[in-house]
Amino acid sequence: MMDNKMIVEGSLESVEGGFSFLGRLPYYRGLGLSMIEDIQVTVDGDVQPRDAVRFSVRGKTYTLDEMETVYDDRWNFGEKARIIVLNGGLAAGDHEITFAVRNRVSYLPFVPTTKDTKQLALAA
Amino acid sequence: MAIKRGVSLYSFQNETFQEKMNLEDCIRTCAELGAGGIEIIGEQTFWGWPECGVDDADVDHWHALIKKYDCVPVSHDFMLDYKRYKGRIMPFDEQVASVKNDIDFGARLGMKYIRALVSIAPEVLVAAAPYAEEKGIKILIEVHAPLHFDHPWIIRHAEAFEKSGSDALGFLPDMGMFLHAFPPVWRDKFERLGVPKNISDYIVKSYEDRVLSEYVILGVQELGGTGPAIAMAETMRHNAAFEPKRMLDYMPRIHNIHGKFYQMDEDYVEPSIPYDEIVAVLKQGGYDGYICSEYEGNRWIEDAEEPDSVEQVRRQQVMLARLLGESEDPKITTPANASAMAATAEAAE
Repeated sequence: MMDNKMIVEGSLESVEGGFSFLGRLPYYRGLGLSMIEDIQVTVDGDVQPRDAVRFSVRGKTYTLDEMETVYDDRWNFGEKARIIVLNGGLAAGDHEITFAVRNRVSYLPFVPTTKDTKQLALAA
Repeated sequence: MAIKRGVSLYSFQNETFQEKMNLEDCIRTCAELGAGGIEIIGEQTFWGWPECGVDDADVDHWHALIKKYDCVPVSHDFMLDYKRYKGRIMPFDEQVASVKNDIDFGARLGMKYIRALVSIAPEVLVAAAPYAEEKGIKILIEVHAPLHFDHPWIIRHAEAFEKSGSDALGFLPDMGMFLHAFPPVWRDKFERLGVPKNISDYIVKSYEDRVLSEYVILGVQELGGTGPAIAMAETMRHNAAFEPKRMLDYMPRIHNIHGKFYQMDEDYVEPSIPYDEIVAVLKQGGYDGYICSEYEGNRWIEDAEEPDSVEQVRRQQVMLARLLGESEDPKITTPANASAMAATAEAAE
């Protein structure tokens, strides 16, 4: 659900050492950060390494490994988190971004991965 | 006492996720429809719950809206994330403490009930029951497909509830378990994913004929079906046309109802769930709680069109009002996004 609303349109930006965009959890509720098992970002067909990804909400920034033991913060319902990828940066212009999130949901007998792909433009 | 109409704000998730409707829009729309019973998923409606807590100001805002629109808080649906820790299940005592935390939150919101997911063990709920009694809250386990009232897991809950002697434990049946026909929106979605028409025809017909899911999955394989065709047949493992009359044995412990629906047609009919039979059974059983609309067609159509949750809920409320013998059809008089629009305009000034 909400698959096609995960990546926020027009949110691609350059940051020091990489790029970022806004992402939403594809779910009808939020989740505690310890239950976000993985966030995988693919840019123009290249899968970015897990340790290059940062997750940022309300002024706090985490690595994916750190998130696994964060029990006092959440990714709220519909909340736009800033997903940062420290890949050295992207050239200005259009890029195809795929954003995949794997959650550990208590009541589900499987671990779902949901993804969204969008063309985002990076301003020069 | 008569059966009352309500809405789970889950129904408006597509709009609230995108901030097209805010809490006031949701509550006002329900109130205009005469569906005054408000059910929420606590952590959907209130950012922060449970890990970060919720400010008193947000709870005050909730109560102000409930009062302004003359509504009634019905249920806080809680989740209990017992898989919070990677690689180990949350210990029993911590699970009970977590349920008590949700009892407190339900009480803060003025709820009568809190909803427990069906995967929670009966021992956890029994252990939390005395605290619920103290706070004037009942804990209701949601009986949801693929489970149903004859399933051993539900019978185990029922036995544990009886043995506990507590009237703070009960059931919240989800009407999706009475899926009498394969929902057209499911069929359309699977066809968009590439299921050939001869195979979807076969699955829909097999559902109508009540064929065992495993035979249908084999039948689809024999027709050459792969991927989405198998997935379409596998929905029959998790859904079935269970019998609404089975609720009658449990009426003293049924306190809230999820009026699940996948689509409401223009003629006010849910093509896959027999609400006429369901309402007749509830009347027969003397049910006097709420039926809360729970629209779940959104996830089946969103790849093709933007869901119109408000119109879908309106149609279901018209259907329910007619089945309950009300003389007038419910109507919405204010645009459903009025408060969100006003807030956006104010922020821009």
